[in-house]
Amino acid sequence: MSAHAHAEVANEHDVGSTKLFALVWVWLLLLTAVEVFLAYERLEVHLMITILVGLSLIKSALIMSYFMHLRFERLGLFLLLVPAMVFCICMMLIMFFPDSIRLMNLRPPQ
Amino acid sequence: MSDTELEGIVESPWSGGASPFAVNSKKLGMWLFIVSDSLTFSALLVSYAYVRLSTPDWPRPFEIWPAIAKSSLMTFILLSSSLTMVFAVAAAHKGEVKKTVRYLLATMVCGLAFVLIHATEWYTLIVEEHVTPWSNPWGTPLFGGTFFGLTGLHMLHVTIGVAYLGVIAWGFNKGKWTADHVEVSGLYWHFVDLVWMFIFPMVYLLSVNPK
Repeated sequence: MSAHAHAEVANEHDVGSTKLFALVWVWLLLLTAVEVFLAYERLEVHLMITILVGLSLIKSALIMSYFMHLRFERLGLFLLLVPAMVFCICMMLIMFFPDSIRLMNLRPPQ
Repeated sequence: MSDTELEGIVESPWSGGASPFAVNSKKLGMWLFIVSDSLTFSALLVSYAYVRLSTPDWPRPFEIWPAIAKSSLMTFILLSSSLTMVFAVAAAHKGEVKKTVRYLLATMVCGLAFVLIHATEWYTLIVEEHVTPWSNPWGTPLFGGTFFGLTGLHMLHVTIGVAYLGVIAWGFNKGKWTADHVEVSGLYWHFVDLVWMFIFPMVYLLSVNPK
């Protein structure tokens, strides 16, 4: 166990070279550039929001896995943190969509 | 993390058995804080989406120049500060104190630049365009409330982060604190960056003036 633990420590310090982190940074910048370009092109709002949320999720996954090291931690830590967070956010959205669409239908005709 | 310290974490049979996550308590605590804080921001973003969807006259005032250009620059600065933070953590684990402090200072400078550019943007909105949390010249007053609420809470996080990194840099330089402390402060900093990756598209890019 001890040898294993030491190997893990050594591994933790080795994983994620400067090159890898710089590459993740470049990808994050590229995805941001795509987002700004879409805003510049003034896409239709529904398409725009779908693409933007998708890209933001990819970007946050990159930040969490590499910059925040979650990819190099034990699976148990990931399972402790992420599913609960995603579940709570989904609960907010479940309450949100039906009600905001109901409100939208209550708008007086323009 | 020193080897003896880690042995304590991984192996010590505290009454419940060995630690299941193989991380120290500081790191686990920061992760739990980040999860709870991410729910605070999610709640704000969801409520912003809610009022926006149910309000017919939601303003879309931002022009590509200067508002979107400025916020894109802020995004670039924040992403770059995350990269310098990663380098600071790597240097700290190698025991290179001077390099760590330099990278931490670089991260703080980026954070400060972010806050300053954000402040000039707020200044333009408040003083020149007369937007307040309760009124604006374009449409529903909820625009100002959600805009200043979301960006203000994020700006507060960045400001606290800069102070936090300053304390860590000072303590690490003195030998008062270990590489673990630098790593945990890094987690917080990346989280602040992560939140901006949602605020920037939702608040700015979706409010580009359609004309």
